[in-house]
Amino acid sequence: MLCRTGVAALALLALAGCSAQDTASTTEPSATSASSAPAVTGAVTVFAAASLTESFTQLGKDFEAANPGVKVTFNFAGSSALAQQINSGAPADVFASAAPTNMKQVSDAGGITGDATTFVKNKLEIAVPKGNPAKVAGLADFGKADLKIALCAEQVPCGAAAKKVFETAGITAAPDTLEQDVKAVLTKVKLGEVDAALVYKTDVKAAGADVEGIEFPESDKAVNDYPIAPLAKAPNAAAAKAFVDFVLSGKGTAVLTAAGFAAP
Amino acid sequence: MTRRPGTRGRLPVVLVLPALVGLAFLLVPLAGLLVRAPWATLADQLFSPAVGQALSLSLLCASLATVICLVLGVPLAWLLARADLPGRGLLRALVTVPLVLPPVVGGVALLLVLGRRGLVGSHLYSWFGISLPFTTAGVVVAEAFVAMPFLVISVEGALRAADPRFEEAAATLGASRWLAFRRVTLPTILPGVVAGTVLCWARALGEFGATITFAGNFPGKTTTMPLAVYLALETDPDAAIVLSIVLLLVSAVVLASLRDRWVGGAA
Repeated sequence: MLCRTGVAALALLALAGCSAQDTASTTEPSATSASSAPAVTGAVTVFAAASLTESFTQLGKDFEAANPGVKVTFNFAGSSALAQQINSGAPADVFASAAPTNMKQVSDAGGITGDATTFVKNKLEIAVPKGNPAKVAGLADFGKADLKIALCAEQVPCGAAAKKVFETAGITAAPDTLEQDVKAVLTKVKLGEVDAALVYKTDVKAAGADVEGIEFPESDKAVNDYPIAPLAKAPNAAAAKAFVDFVLSGKGTAVLTAAGFAAP
Repeated sequence: MTRRPGTRGRLPVVLVLPALVGLAFLLVPLAGLLVRAPWATLADQLFSPAVGQALSLSLLCASLATVICLVLGVPLAWLLARADLPGRGLLRALVTVPLVLPPVVGGVALLLVLGRRGLVGSHLYSWFGISLPFTTAGVVVAEAFVAMPFLVISVEGALRAADPRFEEAAATLGASRWLAFRRVTLPTILPGVVAGTVLCWARALGEFGATITFAGNFPGKTTTMPLAVYLALETDPDAAIVLSIVLLLVSAVVLASLRDRWVGGAA
């Protein structure tokens, strides 16, 4: 109990310190119009969901090219792990989550100042190894006990979405493993260790030739909104805001839709 | 630093100070866990079926892995210490590879060899229908792979410290090498074997990376305590702390009772 109040007091202090910084920085970018802001420099650390790995790496390069003097560093992991790290005081500037739930964990702890913006949507797809050796045809095959099946753990967004899909379809899935993030699921598919898995549409696309995707109608029932927000304790608040603006810009949307994401 | 010639038993500060810092470094994170622990829910968590399942699976798998390590590791240590092998130094270095290998990489390596499409695993699968990934046996394999070097190194060190002349004396009295190993060598190196076994078991119990990569995560089949802790941390840090403390307590009790029984008697 004593500890909790101590932590809360610390967080408040940090918030107070940052909001002072924030007011100073918000005047800066708004003065130098958001689209071509040459003012931002320094390092910006982005915590992003594992499913954003390929598209955000590309966006990071584009952002660095547009803003000489900026260095973008990424930390890709399961959204829940990232939220946990941010709430424990990790020095992140931007958080891009694969689900509103994990963004809420951060905002509930006072981790963001304004509202988070939904920047893309993603839905699930069935992933099978190249050649589909087990002849998986649809979601119903996930109920077969003799197939090796990988899903995300319920604690991470892709697992929560999978649960929703199976509930709406009325299928009791028989998974052999519940992985800690979507990329771990994909690895098992790539190596051919599982016959079928549920991953994001974008992951199937990013995996290339080793993985084949099968679309299924029930996926529309569990569409994930991806929220993004600059963080309240961002060490580089100006660059954080500029990066978020860049992701939301037309150029950012183009990279994301090319990766298979749907516009919000 | 005043010198007092009278106090001969005084401990040297150069040793005591770093020792105390070292002790604090090891114990403070532990204290952090204990301070943050939601003690009120500890009992509920301890007796919840999910925790019981993960805990018993952890203990079972770590113990089985330790047995495998003993059966294979002690002879391997003997080979490294006593046999005239070409390239023994290289072999010794290779044995310690799982120590430096990040466990997740070890898990991927195991998948590539023992997986359903692996070098060896594909034959196991097509001939016998055996597939190790995502099974409890897979957990044991992953833990044994990571923990075996601890046992081999301890036992090899003990063997090299033991005087080979006793074995030679046994041989001159007509004992075969196997008999000499059993009746002369093994009793001499017993403390080393016990220490290695304890290290090996503890490492297997805490194994995470290789296990989740090779054996996956499914409650009751492959979800050991470290995996349960990691996944609980995603949503409920308090539950993760409780799980960690449970694992800590159980391993402390097991190790302490073993120490009293075996190491205390031998040392």
